[in-house]
Amino acid sequence: MNILIPLVVLLPLLGSAVALTQAKHPRVQTLIAVSVLSAVLVVGVALLVAVDASGAIAVELGGWKAPFGIVLVVDRLAALLLVVSAAVLLAVLVFSVGQGLADGDRETPVSIYYPTYLILAAGVFNAFVAGDLFNLYVSFEILLVASYVLITVGGTELRIRAGITYIVVSLVSSVIFLAAIAMIYGATGTVNIAQLSVRLAEVPPDVQLILHVMLLVAFGIKAAVFPLSFWLPDSYPTAPAPITAVFAGLLTKVGVYAIMRTEMIIFPGDQLNTPILIVAALTMIVGILGAVAQSDIKRLLSFTLVSHIGYMLFGIGLGTAAGLAAATYYIVHHITVQTTLFLATGLVERQGGTTGINRLGGMLKASPVIAILFFIPMLSLGGIPPFSGFLGKLALFEAGAQDNSVLAWVLIATGALVALLTLYALARAWSMTFWRDADEVAGYEHPLPVLTTVGVSTEVRPVRSIPRIMVGATMAMVALSIALTVFAAPLYDLSSRAGDNITGPEYYITTVFTGESK
Amino acid sequence: MSVSLTLVAVMAVLYASGIYLLLERSMTRVLLGFLLVGNATNLLILIVSGRAGVAPFYGESGPLADPLPQAFVLTSIVITFGVSAFLLALIYRSWRLAHVDDVSDDTEDVEVGRRRASVAAERDVAGDDTEFGTRAAAAVSTALDLAEQERLEEQESVAEQLQAEREAEREGHT
Repeated sequence: MNILIPLVVLLPLLGSAVALTQAKHPRVQTLIAVSVLSAVLVVGVALLVAVDASGAIAVELGGWKAPFGIVLVVDRLAALLLVVSAAVLLAVLVFSVGQGLADGDRETPVSIYYPTYLILAAGVFNAFVAGDLFNLYVSFEILLVASYVLITVGGTELRIRAGITYIVVSLVSSVIFLAAIAMIYGATGTVNIAQLSVRLAEVPPDVQLILHVMLLVAFGIKAAVFPLSFWLPDSYPTAPAPITAVFAGLLTKVGVYAIMRTEMIIFPGDQLNTPILIVAALTMIVGILGAVAQSDIKRLLSFTLVSHIGYMLFGIGLGTAAGLAAATYYIVHHITVQTTLFLATGLVERQGGTTGINRLGGMLKASPVIAILFFIPMLSLGGIPPFSGFLGKLALFEAGAQDNSVLAWVLIATGALVALLTLYALARAWSMTFWRDADEVAGYEHPLPVLTTVGVSTEVRPVRSIPRIMVGATMAMVALSIALTVFAAPLYDLSSRAGDNITGPEYYITTVFTGESK
Repeated sequence: MSVSLTLVAVMAVLYASGIYLLLERSMTRVLLGFLLVGNATNLLILIVSGRAGVAPFYGESGPLADPLPQAFVLTSIVITFGVSAFLLALIYRSWRLAHVDDVSDDTEDVEVGRRRASVAAERDVAGDDTEFGTRAAAAVSTALDLAEQERLEEQESVAEQLQAEREAEREGHT
């Protein structure tokens, strides 16, 4: 089983190299990319089954013993996220194949698109299995550099302007992360996460606090946590629909995952739990207020993305097994649903020529399928029973109620309010886009002014037919999000076991130093 | 652990000037700032790795230099290098986009452009704060000018076409 762990990183990297040599044969590239990601999905499922049955496993790369060499660790949390992210990456890849083929590859220069996409996948998978702080830094860099290329793909003026914001902010967060690693190494003499959790406890509390805050700031920028989230709605909407979808689904979650590891394993204990809970509440509120004011679906979704990061932080900030289990389930739910919404928006943009809700109308008659594909994840994100968003929020609120502190109750109230506001913002977008008649659009005096023209398509392009493959990929994602509801019980049990494993650092430490753990 | 004060001072200066440059509006300065901050961080890694001047990997009885921070620095240098190359390409691309029409041969036009640029610079702070100076601004303003002109011409041609159609219709009636 251990031999499977490096495969999740190796396969996409090798696939990317091979795809790059086939630059003149887009079909071969597509085939390579799809088969590599399918293979990773299979490996991920195998790992998840094995890890869930017999406990976490670790592999020492190059045979170097644990605290000195690089270890890759797969516990239930990592395996679960590997499977979900591989599935999402595959669905989005299929979606972009459909879009690329239909557009005659004008918008996506195929020769670099597929290799870069695979490198992004390698970075994401590597971040999930990294058992070493420096390896985590390297995987962040891998996925960030790939994302720099993808966000500026095509090199139009708008995308470069948006990309520059994104790149500079990401660079700053990387530098902070690297400086934090340097200082942690100076304080403890190791970067192995398992060993750090032992050695950092011996460091004076004030030094611990500085190192802790530095790591959280670095990951907080990547996860788009409130005071550090302003770059996201400016940079995501300009990229092509599938790229925005995969960024929204995965990149911020990698940051959340890193925060989870930091809080539970590197700095176990409740040193910063109260500030994290406060920041979680602010992230939810500020994010959703931004979403309510948007008149462009892509920007609106970017703001809801920021807002829902707050829910995951809520679970992490509680620091209990129940809170972590709920946060894990919520991450899985959010990766799926947010990606589906962005894919559905891609379909809307294709059919209606724009994503500005003031200029869209009558789409329900024109394409009822898209209306349904947008409607289901919308209800799920807004927390309507029986969808996965409701279950995730319910689990979080239960964990908060168990905690029974004033702050936890404040967060539960905030979470309920934000769920309603999410539903309001999305339902308004849906009813304006799909429900109202097309002839109402012309004379409509919109209460929502277009706040900025950056990243907002201003002209309505002619209606194009939608390739079945794009609709099929979106349908598969909707089916996946429904599966999260149907199979909620086993999935939630799995999340609970994952949450139990990472509540304290002991399980992780045993895994790293003995190679496996029951 | 004793550290060299010189290294610490150099690191502080690099961080300070790097952050100052990162806060600038011009992309080229941001790139320079990123390079300085990146190198300051590399120095930080070297500083925390302990005393300089000990044996690299032999002399088992004496103290040994820690090889791990050096590996970190090497990795981060490579990453900084790659990212800077990408940023340079991006800056060049954005410069190309703002510089679509090179009209430097026509001296009169350049002169007009420069005059416009100075007006634009007064209006817009971002306009004058660039490493490319007035040349870029001139190129931008003339490019906009050309776009404007094109649009006007297009409108005229559409109007002409409409008129021609109307005349043809009238002739058809009579």
